[in-house]
This record gives sequence, C-alpha cells and structure tokens, in this order.
Amino acid sequence: MDTSLLKRESDFEWHVPQTGKMNVPGIIYATEELIRDMDNKVHEQMTNVAMLPGIQKASFAMPDAHWGYGFPIGGVAAFDPDEGGVVSAGGVGFDVSCGVRTLLTGLAATEIEAVKEQLADFLFRAIPAGVGSTGKLHLNQEEMDAMLTGGAQWAVEQGYGLREDLERIEEHGQMKHAKPGEVSEQAKKRQRDEVGTLGSGNHYLEVQKVLEIYDKDVASAFGLREGDAVLSIHCGSRGLGHQIGTDFLKKMVIATPGFGIQLPDRELACAPINSDLGRSYLGAMRAAINCALANREVITHLVRQAFAEILPKANLKLIYDVSHNTCKVEEHAIDGEKKRVFVHRKGATRAFGPGHVDLPEALRSIGQPVLIGGTMGTASYILVGTSVGEARSFSSSCHGAGRRMSRHQATKQWKGRELIDYLATRGILIRSPSYRGVAEEAPGAYKDVTVVVDAADQAGLSRKVAKLAPMICVKG
Amino acid sequence: MGVRGFGLTREEAFEQAALALTAVVTDLKTVTDKEVVDITCEAPDDELLFADWLNSLVYEMATRNMLFSRFEVRIDGQRLHGKAWGENVDVARHRPAVEVKGATYTSLRVCPNARGEWMAQCVVDV
Repeated sequence: MDTSLLKRESDFEWHVPQTGKMNVPGIIYATEELIRDMDNKVHEQMTNVAMLPGIQKASFAMPDAHWGYGFPIGGVAAFDPDEGGVVSAGGVGFDVSCGVRTLLTGLAATEIEAVKEQLADFLFRAIPAGVGSTGKLHLNQEEMDAMLTGGAQWAVEQGYGLREDLERIEEHGQMKHAKPGEVSEQAKKRQRDEVGTLGSGNHYLEVQKVLEIYDKDVASAFGLREGDAVLSIHCGSRGLGHQIGTDFLKKMVIATPGFGIQLPDRELACAPINSDLGRSYLGAMRAAINCALANREVITHLVRQAFAEILPKANLKLIYDVSHNTCKVEEHAIDGEKKRVFVHRKGATRAFGPGHVDLPEALRSIGQPVLIGGTMGTASYILVGTSVGEARSFSSSCHGAGRRMSRHQATKQWKGRELIDYLATRGILIRSPSYRGVAEEAPGAYKDVTVVVDAADQAGLSRKVAKLAPMICVKG
Repeated sequence: MGVRGFGLTREEAFEQAALALTAVVTDLKTVTDKEVVDITCEAPDDELLFADWLNSLVYEMATRNMLFSRFEVRIDGQRLHGKAWGENVDVARHRPAVEVKGATYTSLRVCPNARGEWMAQCVVDV
C-alpha cells in the first residue's frame, strides 16, 4: 500500500482521511513496513466500509489486514442501530466464529517429545479433518436446534467437554438470542455429519511448546510456564456457518437497494440492524457462533480422549477460546457516552482489557487472553487485552499472520512432501491428507507473525504474554 | 482462490468454471463420472446465477460427499438447470487439498470478452 494515501499519527497508527462519501475516517494499526506490504485493496475496502450507514468512530484495520470479501480481513467496524446502522454478512465472513482455543496440558514439552510420533499419528486418526471426513455425532432436527441454541453448553450437557471449560469461552460458551429457525435446511443438512470436525485450509490442531514468556505475572495467571506443552485448535462453524454466509450474502445483495443503501461494492451487502432481514441474519449468525463453540468443545473432548490413551497423566485445561469472525453487541464509550453498538470483527479478535465484566472471575483483573495463530513452521502467540484497547479499536486485535501470497502461488514455490520432511528435521511433525494442502499452507506463504504481533503490542491493542513453537500440526 | 471458465456460450463458461471448482479441491483426472446429480437454481442476473450455480455444486459436494468432473448447464431466463457427474470422495485417491466454503461475489463477472467468448469467474472461499 502506498503510504502517501495515509496520514501518519504515530509509528503504529495511520489514518485514512475522511473524504467523499466516507462517514468516518479509516485507522490502520501497523508498522510502516507492514503497511507497505499490504495490498491496496485494504485501503479501498476500509474506505468502502467507512461509507456504510451508522458506522461509529472509524473503519479499523488490524496489523495483519489483507484483501477480503467486502470488508478487509483484519477489519473492525461498529454500527449504531439508532443511527441506521447495518449488519453485513461479508463483515462477519463465510466461517462464522472461526476461532482458536488453547489448552494447558499439565505436561512438559519434553514429555511430549518422548512420544511425539505416536501422539501425532493418534491425533490424526482421532480428529476428523478435511474433505471426506465425518464427525462422530449425527444430529437429528431436534438435536441440531438444541446445539444451535446451546453452543458449548449443549456439548457439555451431552457429555462432550467439561463444565469448567464454559467460563473460559466467549459468551460463557453460549451465544444468546440465537434463532435456529432462521438457519436454512441446507445449512443444517451441511452440518449433520460435520459436528466435531476440524475442516481444512488454514484450520489446524497443534501441540506447542511454550518457548518464551514476556509477562511473568499474566503468564502465571493463565497457567503458562516456559517449557510447558500446550495445545491449540483453530476451526469454525463448518458447513453450517459457510452456508449461512452464502444464504444471507445473496439475500442482502438483493435487498440492499430496497433499503436505500448505495453500496460501493456488492460484497458489502448488508441490512439495517433494525429490519427483518437484519434480525434474521443476526439470529442465524448467533446460531452459527453456537455451532462453532460446540464444534471446538466436541473436538476438545476427542483430544482429551486421545491424550488419555497416550499420556494418561495429561490434564487438559482450557485457557480461553476466542472467535475472530463475529458481530457482537457490546457497550463502548463513544464521544464520552456509553453506546450499545454492533461490532463486526472480520479476521480480528476481541481483546477485552482488565476489569471487563464479561471476563471470568479468575481473569477479570488480568484481561482477556488473545490467541494468535502463526504458521506451522514459525510460532504462535498468546497476548492479553489492554485497558487502552477499547479506545483504540473497540477492544480488538489481530488474528494471525495473514497471507502474503495466494494458494496458487504457494504451490508453485513449495512442494508439500519436501516441506513436511524439512519441518520434521526441525522437530515439527505435520500430519495432513494432502501434500498440496500443506504446500498452500507453507510458512513462507504467510506474513511474519512476530512482526504482526509486535505491531499489535506497540499499538496498544493487546500485549505479548508468551510465544509458542509448533511441535505437532494436524491439518485437514 | 479464483475460478474462471470460458466458452462460446454462457452455459459453456459456467461448465468450464465448474471444472475449475473441482480443480481447487483435487486433480480432475482422478474423478470418475459414475453418478449424476440434478441442480436447479434461480437468480435475478447472470452473475448471481453463476454464484448460485457454484454454490449449488459446493452444497452437493458437501452433503453428498462427492466430487464432480463433468457438467451440463442449460439457462432459461433467470433459471438454471444443470447436471453434475461425479463420484464419492475417496481420500486416498483424490487427496483433497481444501474444502470450498462457498462462492463469493469477489471479482464476480459474467461477460463476453473481446474475442466474443463468454467468461464466468469469481473467487471461492476455501
């Protein structure tokens, strides 16, 4: 991106001046280096989002921002329904509530090393992943609706997961005001065999070593110590979420002119929050959030079972579960006044600071864990929400490294088999059904997650707590 | 990933783009055309109809656990009647690289090009 398009406020904050049809300015949190590497579409898309009715404060982009569908991935925008604010299916994404959870294992990384190959093979067999895989649960209509209403709470009630997991999940594991009736039959049919499956693409299950601690006190509150083994799961609402995205994108594209909204880009198709279509989408999206939360809870149950076979002394405790494709109703201070707004985070993570009432008691004085997935060859990070984050970005932070080249380009540069062999020499075991899938996910295809995370830290969006290194990576 | 099809007619361009859709997931040569699935969709313009066509294929792939390697499309006003031939996913033989989540409206275009050929394209989310 050409930095002359922006006004530099600091080394980590750049503004897109409010001009033309923009209702608010744009704000990018990133270093100059990251911005130069960003595609120009990020500027275009942020500017387009700023034109939507009812948008509050600014159209934000996180340090990992890149070209998305309507909204940039790494985009954050909040809307006030009382000002004609809208909700956009493109502003949430096709994988509603895609997110990450990280669990402590109670084991040292050295204990994993001793059985690494065996554990990798076992996890690969135990967790359904990729095209052609099927979940172990097959829900009928009634069970499907119960899952879409109950989320991770439903999963625990069915015997998948532990009750103490729930307070460590956004919304305490259950997104309220979900409306399974607004979810199409096609979406439910797509999910019937997919409950408890990992998906493919950039989804993964990773066993990781805590490599470095940056904040001892917060790390201790999260239960983290250097040399520990932890486990992270990255996936979303599977076929149901994708179908909801498809269904409502079409409905919104057709309906938007009727609402008198002029779209600079068809992909920004939206509906007023206070409209039947807006309410219908919100009901369906919340059901999809529950689907994702239930999905990660079921996978956690399968992982606990796998560990019980190979490493019976393991005790998998959930640190936190974050989602990065959602629209949530939150109260935020805007121009000195508390307002109830609808915050879209598209490839961006919620990052509540210390003292937030929605955090569980054990973490309330510390802040919310923010889990940032890197690549299978580099690192992932655990950060914590800050007290300045609300004013900066409606308490939002980045979500990952962000791609720097297309999947097609990645397969031209790397071969899956060679990549797997190379990573094995570095002690990282990859398990995947497809060499091409691995090549598309090559570490080199992504931006440097450390640079992204450092920028988020320096910008005050969230603060570094620990660095994790991959040991085992299971992909679909 | 982007998918694009060219043809002498819109229908042919849609068929070719559907082949590209399968190629996103697997090597087309590995997919036999044993079973046929009928598809019907309807949309107010060519571009939304194209997105609907691809999304219908994504839906059938997901719910039937199938991959398709041959297609036939007939467009009648705002309605599309299509057929897709394929087989069940065999992970060992097809080695699927990714799952397509859906067709997006990014770079969505259905139009004739300078040579008079029809082109249909869009980005699909994987």
